Amino acid sequence: MVDFGGWDMPVNYGSQIDEHHAVRRDAGMFDVSHMRAVDLAGAGARDFLRYALANNVDKLKEPGKALYSCLLDPNGGVLDDLIVYFLREDLFRLVVNAATTDKDVAWLRRLIADRAPHLTLTPRDDLAMIAVQGPHARAKVWQALPGSEAATVRMSPFFGTQAGDLFIARTGYTGEDGFEIMMPVEKAQAVWNALVAADVKPCGLGARDTLRLEAGMNLYGQDMDESVSPLASGLAWTVDLASPRDFVGKAALLAHPGNAQMTGLLLQDAGGVLRAHQAVQTPRGAGEITSGTFSPTLGKSIALARIPAGVAAGDIVTVSVREKSLAARVVKPPFVRNGKVLVA
Amino acid sequence: MNVPADLKYADSHEWMRAEPDGTVTIGITDHAQAALGDLVFIELPAVGRVLKAGEACAIVESVKAASDVYAPISGEVVAANSDITSTPEKLNEDAYASWLFRLKPADPNALAGMLDAAGYEKLVAES
Repeated sequence: MVDFGGWDMPVNYGSQIDEHHAVRRDAGMFDVSHMRAVDLAGAGARDFLRYALANNVDKLKEPGKALYSCLLDPNGGVLDDLIVYFLREDLFRLVVNAATTDKDVAWLRRLIADRAPHLTLTPRDDLAMIAVQGPHARAKVWQALPGSEAATVRMSPFFGTQAGDLFIARTGYTGEDGFEIMMPVEKAQAVWNALVAADVKPCGLGARDTLRLEAGMNLYGQDMDESVSPLASGLAWTVDLASPRDFVGKAALLAHPGNAQMTGLLLQDAGGVLRAHQAVQTPRGAGEITSGTFSPTLGKSIALARIPAGVAAGDIVTVSVREKSLAARVVKPPFVRNGKVLVA
Repeated sequence: MNVPADLKYADSHEWMRAEPDGTVTIGITDHAQAALGDLVFIELPAVGRVLKAGEACAIVESVKAASDVYAPISGEVVAANSDITSTPEKLNEDAYASWLFRLKPADPNALAGMLDAAGYEKLVAES
């Protein structure tokens, strides 16, 4: 067990690699109750989020639709990354990281006080969350949780819906199909046990990290934080700089677009495992690994690294691993999606 | 916890077995492999290297983290288990069949001062 944002969480239940493969090949689940749903209610909620979030909530047209976005500070630094669900015009649900919840809520309440004081922001401490992920995840959820199939069988990826006292979203952090399920805290144990009975494998933070890294997804606090721009974090696709819409951090990003990029690395040499903070030498200057691990799916070490712009996929860079310099190839993440290896 | 009675142990979690030819075979304990988790990389000392007791001489790296292995006694490396470097996961399956390296001890009586199985179990229980 480790402390993760103030929560005692298991790194692994058994073999971390077995847990990883269960998600890629069958179905695994994670207790992600540390993540916090925060409901924003009131008329004009969309208009407020249009200004508060770097991605554009106008992309959310159908009720239930979800959007990934950064929450930026006025300097363009990343306060958090989150998912926002459009439930009704007067009700949006944000799902934020554990360690950042208090900071996010305080920041959003300040913005609300300035711009839309009639809106209410409610952290949903009464909800627990279980992520069920893998090619067989949905079928096993349907088997385990009565009523869930009818509510979600026609639901597309990146949508969520209320099904009785469950909020079921077709989202995740593994690169596989599946659901993230929110429920009243007092119901969480029964849901977990029903999923165990349906042969869904409990997985810990260790597998969650190798899965998200293979899927090319950032971890807040490790791959980005307030000190870096989303443009240097592989998140330019989530930042809408083209439209006339103003949002927090936009002016700073336009003034300082920066000269760094986030890329994937694939270790070419034997000699260890790529890890966060290892130095990277490229033909265009130095960079650093932000997350590294051993990829169970590839059987090789992979990493996300922040390196100078202009270094391209296919280029070879060197990484300092202990006293050695090892060759790594620059690749475009993701490394793995839906069970398939995407980097040769 | 699996702690074979016929081995000696170091408080840095290596096991040692005295061989009939006077050499000492060294690995890491079952407790150590369980704490490290799934191993994915192992680096061993070169044959011929002379080690001092307490010297970091090998690396075992799991998905979670890298860890040094220390020479529990002084001596010269006479063999390294190249099979284990290509299949590190075998060390998780059986830590005592998966030896790492073999030393010719500088002091033939070096193992006398090491922990026995009961002593090592006590060390782990108290840690």
